[in-house]
Parts: sequence; C-alpha cells; structure tokens
Amino acid sequence: MKRTANKPALSSERAAYLRQNKRQVRRIRLCRWGFLLLLILAWEGAARLGLMDSFIFSQPSRILETYVTMAGGDLLYHVQVTVTETLAGFLLGAAAGVLLAIVLWWSPFISKVSEPYLVVLNSLPKIALGPVIIILAGAGTRAIVFMALAISLVVTVLEMLSGFRDTDAGAMRMARTFGATKGQIFRKIVLPYNIPTLFDSLKVNIGLSLVGVIAGEFLVSRAGLGYLIVYGGQVFRMDLVMASVIILAVVAALLYESVVLVQRLVGKRFGSH
Amino acid sequence: MAILNVDGVRQTYQTLAGETVALENITFSMEKGDFFSVVGPSGCGKSTLLSIIAGTLSPTAGQVTIAGQTVEGPSPHIGYMLQQDNLLEWRTIRQNVLLGLELRHQLTPEMKDRADHLLETYGLSGFANSHPSQLSGGMRQRAALIRTLAVNPDILLLDEAFSALDYQTRLEVTEDVYRIIRQEQVTALMVTHDIPESICMGDAVIILSQRPAVIRETLPIHFDLPVRSPLRCRSCPEFAGYFSHIWKELGMHETHSE
Repeated sequence: MKRTANKPALSSERAAYLRQNKRQVRRIRLCRWGFLLLLILAWEGAARLGLMDSFIFSQPSRILETYVTMAGGDLLYHVQVTVTETLAGFLLGAAAGVLLAIVLWWSPFISKVSEPYLVVLNSLPKIALGPVIIILAGAGTRAIVFMALAISLVVTVLEMLSGFRDTDAGAMRMARTFGATKGQIFRKIVLPYNIPTLFDSLKVNIGLSLVGVIAGEFLVSRAGLGYLIVYGGQVFRMDLVMASVIILAVVAALLYESVVLVQRLVGKRFGSH
Repeated sequence: MAILNVDGVRQTYQTLAGETVALENITFSMEKGDFFSVVGPSGCGKSTLLSIIAGTLSPTAGQVTIAGQTVEGPSPHIGYMLQQDNLLEWRTIRQNVLLGLELRHQLTPEMKDRADHLLETYGLSGFANSHPSQLSGGMRQRAALIRTLAVNPDILLLDEAFSALDYQTRLEVTEDVYRIIRQEQVTALMVTHDIPESICMGDAVIILSQRPAVIRETLPIHFDLPVRSPLRCRSCPEFAGYFSHIWKELGMHETHSE
C-alpha cells in the first residue's frame, strides 16, 4: 500500500482543494462585509432621495453625527452604566443560580417540592414583575440589577440542575468505591464535569441579563442605553434611538464574546465530555 | 489466617411487589494472595455479593470479616475495579491515579511516591501528564487498576472489569491485569459471566446457582505450567475439562429450555 499523504510536497489535487477552500472562506467574508456596506449605502441613498422618511427611519450620516456630538463622554457614560448593570445582574444571577442548583441537587426532597414552582416561574415573563421589583428594590439601579438577575436566575437553576443530574453515573460510582462523601463527589466529579454546562448557561445568561437591564432602564432609569432609547423615542429623536440600538448590538456581541474568551482561558479540558 | 471470611451471608430485597432472596448462606474464605473467580447465571446476585464484601451494602444475615475485622460500612481494605475505567478526562493520568488517595485523605508524600512507582513499573510514567483520551483502551484499564492499587487495598474486587472491552483488547488487558495483580501479591475476587476468563485467571472458581444464589461448588483450578498466564491457560489440556464442568454446574441448558 502506498501513501503519499505524509510527503512534504503536496499533490496537485490537495493544493487545488486547499486553494478552493481558502477561496470559499474569502468569498464568505467579502459577502458579509459587502452586505453591511450595501445596507448602509441603500439606507443613506433612500433617505437622501426622499424614498424613506428619515424622520422616522433616521439615516446613517445622521447617526454618525449623533456619535460625534455625543463622543465627548456622554455616550461612553451611558454604555458604562448599562454594561455595569448587566455584569452585576449576570454575575449575581449566575452565582445564585448555581448555588440554588447545588441545594436542589443535594436534596431530592427540596427538589421535588420546588419543581412545580420552578416550572411556573420559568414560563412566567419576569418583566411582568417589574412594578413589584421597583417597589421592593426602589426605583433605581438596584431594581435594574434585580431585573437582570430575575430574568437569568431560573434558567440557570434548571440548566445547572439538569447538568448535575446527568453527571456520568460510572464516575460517581467509581468515586464511591473509594468511600467518597457526597461533598467530595460534588467537588471532584459533578462540578468539574459540568463546567461546559456552566458556560453554555453563561452564554445564554449574558444575553438575558442585557434584556433584563434594558427592560429595567425602560421603566426606571436616568442613564444607560435603555434610557437613551426611551428618551429618544419620547422626544422623536430617531437618530438617538438608532445610534443607541446599534451600540447596544455591539455591546451585546462583545459581552458574549468575552464569555467565550473566558471559557477558552479556563481550558480546553473542560470543553467537552 | 484467612484475609477474607464470608460467613453465612444472606441478602433479601424488599419491594412493594414482595420479597426477593438474592443470596442464601454464602460461605467461603480466601488466603492472602488468592485469586478467586465467581461465576453464575446473569442476575443471580454476583455484584450484590461484591457490594456486601465492600461494605456498601449490609447483608440481611451473616457477616464478612477482612483481616479479622468485621465489615460495617464502606471498608478501607477494599479496592474496586469496575467495567468502565471511569478515568476523568479533565485530569491527567497521574492526577487520575491519585484520585483514590485524595478521596481517602491519604495524599502523603510516601503514598504519592508509591503511585508514581506503580506508574513507572507498569509502563505509564511516560503518559503521566497525558489525558485519558490520549491512551488506548488497554492502557486506560491499566491506569484504572493503578488508581485502585495506589490506595494499597488488601482485597481487590473486580466486577465484570473487562466486559466493556472488545475481544482482542480484552485478552491483552486480562494478561496485563493478571500479571500486575500477581506481581503486587494482591488478594483478588473477580465476578464474571465469562467462563474461560474465570478459569484462566482464578486459583478457584466459585459457582453460584440461579436466584436465590447458593454456592454450588468451589472448584480449585490447577494448570501444569511453570509460569501461569491467562493466555497460556487457554491452550492447556486441562482447560476444556474445567470448562465443561462449570458449564454443566451452571445448568445453562436448563436456563435455555425455560
């Protein structure tokens, strides 16, 4: 049997295949950026030609102008408020969610008792609790953080609990043959086994927390991107609304990517089962 | 003095549907360094017997003594080898091997040295910093055995330890494990449903009946070999005789006609 794959010189078929592959990757990238550019140009063009009412839909050049006038600290301040609130809600929600999941994993009894409540709480739109949260936590940052926490908490609990329960039974049995206690089994087997579950849950939660924060800012705030959007809408400054929405999209993507980055730092070893 | 004494063990299970007797009057003893196999029809309670010896299940009647001490609760004298190697992927082979010591709070420098020495002796020191997925099935099972031996057990229990492996790997691993167990002079009790395996590894084969399981016979195994190894036993003239004897005792033909 002859094998040519190990030779340093590439066969012409292989070279062609690699070239083809590279070309495809480049084409996809080109089309992605091209589409964005086209969208912006069409939007701007339609607004200038009067095909679209720029009062309602705004237009790229005016959005850009808004950025320039707000760049003197104002915009950054609002972004910072939203990001801080999101991170606070996200971290608190994740910590509380994991802790509750541990309690429920530990005690099947508590878990069975709380099951119907969790199901109901999970399907309830948490934003409906807005007024209650405002009364409880006060109309301010605390209510907003609380909203972000509430929105990600139950999902975290359910996802982590199901991960804990799906932990490899063989590995736990093996630990028990060494006389492992329940606490040891949790620390040495269940928890490390569920690091991927944790990150899956965090990736969903960072987005959910942002939803909670924006909803909270709609209701009570005096700062943040949610506030800018509502304010812009009320005074009919669609440039401001659009500018804030675009910034929000960028912020959401960056937050998600930072979770992905942390996962990579934590190590590939925990990446899969 | 016998290292393991199983005396009149009886085990019943309670369910809402009724009471099931799994084991009845099981009595045998093992000397230090013995290797016994246990065979029996599936579902007869072989694994239950191991759980009782390990102290993770307390018998309805009778008792188990290891090195003169009655077993009450999980015994530190016992090492267990299961069907799966259950190596943890997020740990290196060395960290996996140390897991048992860690769980038993015995992670002293001497015990660590012992574990490293075992890794070295059995050809795994080059893989100490590798992760389980980088090892072959046979090497993984060897690592699992070293993890068990690292806690220095008096008695090693093997619960269908090779049945998850493909046939060829299985033969290699049995060879490997047998050599290690003999070299370390560990007392071993192996449950299996594989008759050839029970013959070529055991000094004696304990044959259990169908449920409620009693000991039908404890068959001493002897091969005329200067150095015994499972593979060599398979080609010995005595092998066929032992096989048909156990086959008859197990009454496999009766099971089929049911």
